[in-house]
Amino acid sequence: MRVALFLTCVNDTLYPDTGRAVVRLLTRLGVDIDFPTGQSCCGQAHYNTGYRHGAEPLARRLSEVFRDYEAIVTPSGSCGAMVREVYPRMGERARAEGRGDTLARTLAPVVAKTYELTEFLVDVLGVTDVGAWYSHTVTYHPTCHGLRGLGLGDRPRRLLEAVRGLELVELPGAEECCGFGGTFALKNPEVSAAMGADKLRNARSTGAEVLCAADNSCLMHLGGMMSRLRTGPRPVHIAEILASTEEEPAV
Amino acid sequence: MTGTYLGMPAFPQAARDAVRDPVLRGNLRHATHTIRAKRARAVGELSDWAELREAGRRIKDHTLRHLDRYLVQLEESVTAAGGTVHWAADAGEANRIVARLVKETGESEVVKVKSMATQEIGLNEALEAEGIRAYETDLAELIVQLGRDRPSHILVPAIHLNRGEIRDVFRSEMGAWGRPAPEDLTDAPAELAEAARLHLREKFLRAKVAVSGANFMVAETGTLVVVESEGNGRMCLTLPQTLISVVGIEKVVPTWRDLEVFLQTLPRSSTAERMNPYTSMWTGTTDEDGPRAFHLVLLDNGRTDTLADQVGRQALRCIRCSACLNVCPVYERAGGHAYGSVYPGPIGAILSPQLRGTGSEIDASLPYASSLCGACYEVCPVAIDIPEVLVHLRERVVEGGPAVRQGNKVVLRPARGHAAERAAMRAARWVFARPGALRAGQRLASRTRRLHPRALPGPGRAWSGTRDLPAVPPEPFRDWWQRTNGGKDGTE
Repeated sequence: MRVALFLTCVNDTLYPDTGRAVVRLLTRLGVDIDFPTGQSCCGQAHYNTGYRHGAEPLARRLSEVFRDYEAIVTPSGSCGAMVREVYPRMGERARAEGRGDTLARTLAPVVAKTYELTEFLVDVLGVTDVGAWYSHTVTYHPTCHGLRGLGLGDRPRRLLEAVRGLELVELPGAEECCGFGGTFALKNPEVSAAMGADKLRNARSTGAEVLCAADNSCLMHLGGMMSRLRTGPRPVHIAEILASTEEEPAV
Repeated sequence: MTGTYLGMPAFPQAARDAVRDPVLRGNLRHATHTIRAKRARAVGELSDWAELREAGRRIKDHTLRHLDRYLVQLEESVTAAGGTVHWAADAGEANRIVARLVKETGESEVVKVKSMATQEIGLNEALEAEGIRAYETDLAELIVQLGRDRPSHILVPAIHLNRGEIRDVFRSEMGAWGRPAPEDLTDAPAELAEAARLHLREKFLRAKVAVSGANFMVAETGTLVVVESEGNGRMCLTLPQTLISVVGIEKVVPTWRDLEVFLQTLPRSSTAERMNPYTSMWTGTTDEDGPRAFHLVLLDNGRTDTLADQVGRQALRCIRCSACLNVCPVYERAGGHAYGSVYPGPIGAILSPQLRGTGSEIDASLPYASSLCGACYEVCPVAIDIPEVLVHLRERVVEGGPAVRQGNKVVLRPARGHAAERAAMRAARWVFARPGALRAGQRLASRTRRLHPRALPGPGRAWSGTRDLPAVPPEPFRDWWQRTNGGKDGTE
């Protein structure tokens, strides 16, 4: 199976460790993963801020770069939801504007075969025990677009529960938004920070060493707050936990 | 909060004050979390919730699609049952009609059933200007009125106040409006309710005219429906001689059968009850029973314009249950007043900029008052995809485009104040369309990483006022991928 890694622009630029973890994890599971270097950004920031027409060329580019792969894996619930939920909507809107089916037809090939990482592991590869070892106490924050957009359900939890050495502790108020919300964090900084502070209070109350999520953008917001306050827990992407083994442990 | 919504600052400024008010934060957190959990239990009891939600969506969509037909049918039914129907294009016209109808009775005071439509048009203030006093009889609306405050929640307008604050309002203000509160009033809920009950009872027994809204209007029979918890509505709807109901045109449903769906989903979504305590239904006038005269004022006030928008029209499905407010993390921190409208929370953020347009500072900022977390859509009993409409309205703010205003097709110009953002978006698009440029930018960031500050000056403080910037890695992923042949060369 030809599988492509759609890493996302945020991970490519700021969190290459997450990308390396996905490659290590999927290679260990026997997947031949490619990183098409023509990829850049899915257009989510443009679309969600109101620049739908500005997002269209980015969506077209993504589709052209990834269309010939059999599966597209992304370690981001948010960007995954952008492709799966919003791309069809962008096609519909273009049609409603009298611009025909071109955009819808261009984007259609990537919609159904785009998987968030935990979906790909559980649904496509059919594994929940990925052979990982990670000797830390972890609490899991289900990020909104993965939880409510893609409906990841208990997939991340099942994967984490199967990791040897890992103790998973319940995060109070887990399903409440962390306050990132893309440009929301800049346009309404006080409300965003208040939401983040409550999320951190809940995370700290668990006593966990690690705050895990399947989206680095939310962790960037929470991690930035924790760094400023010089407090824990440490933000870690789920891919880095699942890639960790006894031979090659992640810190 | 006192005064009106006119001249409201944009949402971020208004929300900032609320975020810094620890008493308000505590009141809202307690109230929203309590009702959130109760709603989840009440909805969880029904095995067919998903079907009910879908049925509600379809009934509303069908009705909106044929609204012209159902409104005419409703008018015929109400008229045949002895009522009189008035059509109001906007708030001013609706207020003039109600003031005229009250004056024709020779009365100078009215009792009011809790109603969002009359709050939306500012009816109390308009009547006051005509020398007519309107008494709110819903407990929370009474608190808000006595305190010269503004509602901050659709269902629980005084949610921003705690028991002690309510006792203070009763003690200092009730006497000026009628029967005063007892001198030794405490903040015990039973005592507060009894003080309100005695105060209101005088008004119910004296009033000759009542003003209400309605939750539903049934086109086939001309029946109006009010659902409530306190019984004050039943008093107002049955005791006075004249009843005037002001109702938004989107509240019509075709048949009685359609009520079956909403009378299940509304109470469970709003008060987390299986059934609300009082459901009042009336059809025109009835000899020897209830009001002698019934007037229905059908209110447009931006609804037809909203209906013209393919994406935004779903907001007209709303049955005003407030589930989206109670689950919203932004509402919980910002409070209802920050939304600058009688419709706060997620539904307000998509309703106000459509009913009023995006011309004012507050209305242009409302579509951004959300992290797009989707909790509102998940709980909405008529499946309004609020995040979808929010993003659509953001587009209207920054890109402008075709819209309908007062029945006329117009082309809106992009809002001012987004020039820097627009330039940044254009630059980002240029870079993302050229992976070579993206890589050059990434490398530049990586090579200068030791020089990067952890915080930014100026507008960058929106991020770094509370959060450090993420550290830039020594090399972007794509450089590692090419350098190591996807890790196959073994060099990490």
